[in-house]
Amino acid sequence: MSNVPADLRYLKSHEWARLESDGTITVGISDHAQQALGDLVFVEAPEPGRRVHAGEACAVVESVKAASDVYSPVSGEVVAGNADLGGQPELINSDPYGGGWIMRIRPDDKAQFASMLDAKAYAAALAAETH
Amino acid sequence: MGLRTPLYDTHVAAGARTVDFGGWDMPVNYGSQIEEHHAVRRDAGMFDVSHMLVVDLRGGRVREFLRRLLANDVAKLTASGKALYSCMLREHGGVIDDLIVYYLDDQWYRMVVNAGTREKDLEWLRQHAGGYGVTVEPRLDLAMIAVQGPNARQKAAGLMEPGVATRALELGTFFGFDAGSLFVARTGYTGEDGFEIMLPTVAAVSFWQRLRDAGVAPCGLGARDTLRLEAGMNLYGNDMDETTSPLESGLGWTVAWEPQDRDFIGRGALAAQKASGSTRKFVGLLVEDRAVLRSHQKVIVPAVGEGEVTSGTFSPTLQRSIGLARVPAKTGDRCEVEIRGKLVPARVVRPPFVRHGKIAIAL
Repeated sequence: MSNVPADLRYLKSHEWARLESDGTITVGISDHAQQALGDLVFVEAPEPGRRVHAGEACAVVESVKAASDVYSPVSGEVVAGNADLGGQPELINSDPYGGGWIMRIRPDDKAQFASMLDAKAYAAALAAETH
Repeated sequence: MGLRTPLYDTHVAAGARTVDFGGWDMPVNYGSQIEEHHAVRRDAGMFDVSHMLVVDLRGGRVREFLRRLLANDVAKLTASGKALYSCMLREHGGVIDDLIVYYLDDQWYRMVVNAGTREKDLEWLRQHAGGYGVTVEPRLDLAMIAVQGPNARQKAAGLMEPGVATRALELGTFFGFDAGSLFVARTGYTGEDGFEIMLPTVAAVSFWQRLRDAGVAPCGLGARDTLRLEAGMNLYGNDMDETTSPLESGLGWTVAWEPQDRDFIGRGALAAQKASGSTRKFVGLLVEDRAVLRSHQKVIVPAVGEGEVTSGTFSPTLQRSIGLARVPAKTGDRCEVEIRGKLVPARVVRPPFVRHGKIAIAL
């Protein structure tokens, strides 16, 4: 069973997002996604300053098995990519909601964050996907 | 639900993630594929390969039958227990399957074929066996466990009866023997030393658990794939199939041309291909950028032509991506691969990439 923290928001495409106190949004991939991908070997995070749109593929996570796009849940400006993932992509496997974060985005409109799935809805989507 | 080996419930109880492989529900990993890979390179790991099919072939003319059926020549097998790797071909030279055949005595050979091809293999065997009075017996009563790694033989032998263990540890490379309750062979698909052990399906779970208790790590098909690719070994269905000949799949070394009067199935087509000069060759690829080769990616050789990656992965030992590819015969030592819309430079190398735990190519 995968871990779905109650305090985060999610996309059906298995990204999670957290609203930080400075108004930025931290994005990563869910525990379910890292389990499905298997051992991560490369991560390509976006450069700070890049403009992204909600639903745009803006990072790539690649495992021994497959490469997968990571979609931005909001439109806005990338303020940071997780540089630690360059040398330690396995952080996504070991700590998907902590040290394995992928990018931080300053959203144009926080309503886009609010419209994401809550933990209950994401857990239900996972249950529907696996049954 | 797919087919399941006798060890399926044991895999699930151990936390395995399972995938469909040739119609079988098989473990892909038990947590970390990379840790399982390293366990085999550095110590000992085991794989449930019970989805592969063991076929016993018996009869007074079984040798003659196999000399007609296989592109490699079983006449090379003169010592009991010796194994041979071979392709089985259609008349047009396409590969029906790749397999291992053991010579046990003059009336008994044992073959191990792939899971995804077992039905068509059996049909082909039966179609040709009748004319030689050879009986084809699929051994559905046998499970198979591959125990691989530098410490694998010692750990596995520790679980065998003393007489069997002694014989097992004395086995030469690519030899097997039938010990009644076990068939032990010094073969594998990882580039490491080890055994492949056939045993009755009813004994598989307890033997697996004893191996695990002896410190042999359960490994899934994910690690099996990265290990075989590092070892430069082909995977049927990826690297060759009925549309490709052994000569354009890096398997020319398995075709026995001598003696010239041995008329194996597919010989005429291979001889014609050899005479005309094959336009494609089979090579290893190494990528230096942070990108991973995957099967079906396009290979571009400037001013020469195009090819295709047949297998690709991230190599845990090299910490780089490696692959196998079918490319134009005139390809030199560099090419480009189209990976997710970008052209990525790759080096053309000669597999294996890793052998007995050591990197076998210049990085």
